Amino acid sequence: MTTSGPLLQVEGVSKDFFGTNVLSDINFNLEKGEILGLVGENGAGKSTLMNILFGMKVISSTGGYSGQILFEGKQTSFKNPLEALNSGIGMVHQEFSLIPGLTATENILLNSEPTRYNFLTELFGPRLSTLDRYEMQIRAIAAINKLGFRLDQDMLVSQMPVGHKQFTEISRELDRKNIKLLVLDEPTAVLTESEAQILLKSLKTLASDGIGIIIISHRLSEIMDITDKVVVLCDGKIIHTSKTSDTTVDKIAECMVGRSGVLESSKAHAQKEQAQKEIILKVENLWVDMPGEHIEDVSFDVIRGEIFGIGGLAGQGKLGIPNGIMGYFESGGNVYFSGKKCNLGNPREALDQEMAFVSEDRKGVGLLLDEPIDWNIVFTAMQTKDQFLKSYLWGLIKWRDSKAMSKVSKQYINELEIKCLNEWQHVRQLSGGNQQKICLAKAFVLDPKLLFVSEPTRGIDVGAKSIVLDTLRKINKQKGTTIIMVSSELEEMRGICDRIAIVDKGKIAGILPADSSSISFGKLMAGVGETL
Amino acid sequence: MKHIQNFIIDFGWARIIIGLFLLSLFILAPVADVRIDTSISDTVARFGMACVLVLAMVPMIQSGCGLNFGLPLGIIAGLLGATCTMELELKGLIGLSFAMLITTVFGTIFGFFYGKLLNKVKGSEMMIATYVGFSSVAFMCMMWLLLPFKNPKMIWGYGGSGLRTTITVEGYWLHVLNNFLSFRVSESFVFPTGMILFVLFMCLLIWGFFHTKLGSALTAVGSNPDFAKASGVDIDKMRVISVILSTVLGGIGILVYQQSFGFIQLYMGPFYMAFPAVAAILIGGASINKATITNVIVGTFLFQGILTMTPSVMNSLIHTDMSEVIRIIVSNGMIIYAMTRVNKARQKK
Amino acid sequence: MTTKNLQLKKLLTLDNAAHLLMRNTVPILFILISAMAIPLSEFSFSYLSQELMTRLIRNSFLVLSLLIPIIAGMGLNFGMVLGAMAGQVGLIFVTDWNIVGMPGVFLAMIISTPLAILLGLICGIILNKASGKEMVTGFVLAFFAQGVYQLVVLYGMGAIIPIERLTLVLSRGYGIRNTVNLIGIRSSLDSAISFDLGPVPIPVVTLFIIALFCLFVVWFRKTKLGQDMKAIGQDMHVAEAAGIRVLRTRIISIIISTVLACWGQIIYLQNMGTLNTYNSHEQIGMFSIAALLVGGATVSKAQISHVFVGVILFHLMFIVSPMAGKNLIGSAMLGEYFRGFVTYGVISAALVVHAWTRFKTNQRQRQHLRGN
Repeated sequence: MTTSGPLLQVEGVSKDFFGTNVLSDINFNLEKGEILGLVGENGAGKSTLMNILFGMKVISSTGGYSGQILFEGKQTSFKNPLEALNSGIGMVHQEFSLIPGLTATENILLNSEPTRYNFLTELFGPRLSTLDRYEMQIRAIAAINKLGFRLDQDMLVSQMPVGHKQFTEISRELDRKNIKLLVLDEPTAVLTESEAQILLKSLKTLASDGIGIIIISHRLSEIMDITDKVVVLCDGKIIHTSKTSDTTVDKIAECMVGRSGVLESSKAHAQKEQAQKEIILKVENLWVDMPGEHIEDVSFDVIRGEIFGIGGLAGQGKLGIPNGIMGYFESGGNVYFSGKKCNLGNPREALDQEMAFVSEDRKGVGLLLDEPIDWNIVFTAMQTKDQFLKSYLWGLIKWRDSKAMSKVSKQYINELEIKCLNEWQHVRQLSGGNQQKICLAKAFVLDPKLLFVSEPTRGIDVGAKSIVLDTLRKINKQKGTTIIMVSSELEEMRGICDRIAIVDKGKIAGILPADSSSISFGKLMAGVGETL
Repeated sequence: MKHIQNFIIDFGWARIIIGLFLLSLFILAPVADVRIDTSISDTVARFGMACVLVLAMVPMIQSGCGLNFGLPLGIIAGLLGATCTMELELKGLIGLSFAMLITTVFGTIFGFFYGKLLNKVKGSEMMIATYVGFSSVAFMCMMWLLLPFKNPKMIWGYGGSGLRTTITVEGYWLHVLNNFLSFRVSESFVFPTGMILFVLFMCLLIWGFFHTKLGSALTAVGSNPDFAKASGVDIDKMRVISVILSTVLGGIGILVYQQSFGFIQLYMGPFYMAFPAVAAILIGGASINKATITNVIVGTFLFQGILTMTPSVMNSLIHTDMSEVIRIIVSNGMIIYAMTRVNKARQKK
Repeated sequence: MTTKNLQLKKLLTLDNAAHLLMRNTVPILFILISAMAIPLSEFSFSYLSQELMTRLIRNSFLVLSLLIPIIAGMGLNFGMVLGAMAGQVGLIFVTDWNIVGMPGVFLAMIISTPLAILLGLICGIILNKASGKEMVTGFVLAFFAQGVYQLVVLYGMGAIIPIERLTLVLSRGYGIRNTVNLIGIRSSLDSAISFDLGPVPIPVVTLFIIALFCLFVVWFRKTKLGQDMKAIGQDMHVAEAAGIRVLRTRIISIIISTVLACWGQIIYLQNMGTLNTYNSHEQIGMFSIAALLVGGATVSKAQISHVFVGVILFHLMFIVSPMAGKNLIGSAMLGEYFRGFVTYGVISAALVVHAWTRFKTNQRQRQHLRGN
């Protein structure tokens, strides 16, 4: 090794997606054997930064980036993740990319198996060489040993506990001979306490062997424990970078949530008098099996007429709460609506109790993309409340009432300023913001007592954003609809909600009034908060 | 120019080519000494015969169960209806109506179980539907031999038991629909008014069904099952309903077919009947998860038009009957085209 | 305690026995049916064993050709019929050129291989485009190919493609006759070296070729390509992320299968001695697939043993059922319909079980995340 400079230098990297800045002027260095903690909320730009580093297609297909990245002192710009891997940068993703029917060994060496020559390779190329099972074993064991975790190399991945899968995944990166930089995205999220300790310890050992490590985590205690350096991203900018020993959890938490000062508007809001403190929704020991947003055990109360926020980082389970209560995913526990116990697991029952849900998965669950706007707006009301139907033959035939459908659709198109040709246009052709407005209209037609809105402003433009938020406020004030808003945009929630619950690791970390300080929210998200 | 382009995209290349091909056949007909009125007469008759069978595709496509390769199951319901009615010696319009009634009963029962099965295998419906169709035909082959039918017109002549492979409906309900209000247009073109009216009535019925609450729910299930579920629709129930509808329509379709064709074809008769119907609706512009009545009518007309015109025109032009080969290539090519096309749309999403 | 010991204990539990029984329902059912039907058919043991040996050498190679796409996760390759067609085209040419005996068989293989590769390539590309619906698309593709095959053989040969021998051509001057007599190469592989084992003639060369092929499959699983296919069969996205060229590998698996099916069809036909130009290939796909499934294979898992168990059980039923039907209720037709029903029934059952278990395992995998 000749170069003595830093392993990785990121210099003035900026990136915009169609005019919106997601990263601006990112600068940091990583020395050999150093562990760097990358911290930030969802959408702060962490994944974009990693995508740039690995040369993912999303970057080049959206116009590349500016600034430069130096790896081992040389300027690099990988064309695809494989190139990055070959240069010695490994990445461990949050989702496992393992093949269930293969053993740990086979997975660790997937597509880099040692092979033996035979004459057929001359004819048909190297893919017909046989696998060298013995050598594979040796290499797998060597990689596993670097971790210091006892992992059975012959076990099928499908039979492994989750933690072992994570270790297999990391071993795979370690098997590469020239591994120099290892990036881990939330590596402890699926691990038990003791497994996490082992992992963190082995990361330290790896670092002492000279491998540079970037760890993305929101568990600030871990970050404080093992990193040498912390970089905090917020809104695409580095707002804090320092040696770990020179900073505190409080400081990082505050930076992470950032942007103090927008709070003025929410103050007035939070002081709204709760004249009658009637509990409209009581949730006890709720569990929800929603892939990627799993909820373990959650209890909270919502007061009639309030706007209740649910926040937290992606993957911690905040989305599971509305999806579970509305019956979209398998769930259990006790949920009482206006004092009556709800049967979970059936969307129809939730709808019949006059709850409605604007899903975060607009295209997947929220809309019929290949049907006209009026269908989308009235369909749920038609099916659950027999509205927009004309009855013939003593109710035997329930005919669609297209006039009524048009009328109500036009009304919402005007009210929510939905930009479209007419009410028969197919929803697929509309922009994200207009699609979101249709989702809202669909819920409003139901005239619900309790409205769940999930990520209402995700992926829509500024104009649509303010219309969406204003409409929510208006319906809350005028009709007294109770709203539960689930969002990754903490600032937005602080502007509109009365109280905000933060979900972490499938549980509620705490419920705070919307005007609480940034630090307290940040700490709750980072898993270091004190429960109220 | 833009208009033409849009039209082509809307209408689809495949259909334009097939339409032009059919048109050229009609233009070539006089050159090849084929009587145009005979051709039209044949085309209309075959259109009427096949249309309800093609219509049987619609409910299942709309509810997201894919192309109904299990059509033979519905056809078996129709065959049971026809044979049971003949056994009871019911004739004429009453006979046919009674056959339809029995068909509906059998179709509902078959469709119910078939639908339940398809609910258990979401994602591989089409392959399994194909084999459900095949197995049921093979099973019924044994049953036709064993069921205790007594009517001598249906069972094998030589004293034995078991039904014949083809049974004539002459003397029962041959051309009952065709002859209703029929009129002679030219020497060899008799318009089968009754059959066409009945077919249009069935189309109207299905069109109407999709304008009701239930029909809307079914469409939503096919369009986006998650949306439908989130709107409180019972997806599995809707799918079963659609499968029952398709199966019953298949049965009624074969009855319409038989009264015009003149024979009930048992045993392996229904085996490959799903494929022409599937091809027809795809040629009409349907995709694997969207189909309309227009698709049915346009598709049946184009497909049956080609089937009638190619043998006669090609035969007299190049003195070879290539119609069978053309039929195989066009119909299966169309199905493959549809299978690969849907994937593209999904990938874009 | 050693793991082996533990495994043995696990195997012996009652629960496991039931599971084992469940997994092998189809073969067990077939053994039961045959056990009842063999005495009814009144066939002698020597006749049955002769027949079975014939079927074994005729069909095993064809059934073996199905294995590799299953490894690659592409399900049952209904498109193998394309390979069979290629083989038949080769045989037609060899017969036309009057090349007899073993050289004829091998020449037929050599001519038809490039054609099979081309067809496999096309088939693979189409199946890649219809990913997720490979089986049904392959199934329709076989019908489509049937049309193209007829176009070429019935209209092209003798007209555009020169065919010398008049005995091959229809009286109208072009198109191949319905049956082609393969007298020149008939049994040339089977009788090259053979000896009698009791009443049963043992064709050494054919068996040797089949054995060689089995070895090939065993070896293939150990190659890099085999490992890649296994990975793709389990999870295409992960394999892609690891840098395996998924689409290309899937095409290769179909090409291999098509070429093998082509050779298999040639072996099959040299045993039969006549080629039904327009029908020989039709049922091949269906019967081969049914045989494999009867042997205990599933849509996603198949072994060499399944092939042989399947061929024996399936064809045993095939041979005895018409006679059994005749002797039982006096109708051979019933037996014939019965075997038709069983063929389709077995395939349907296998498809249903596959689709259903896939759904169930997905559910079971998430069980631990539900409730406390």
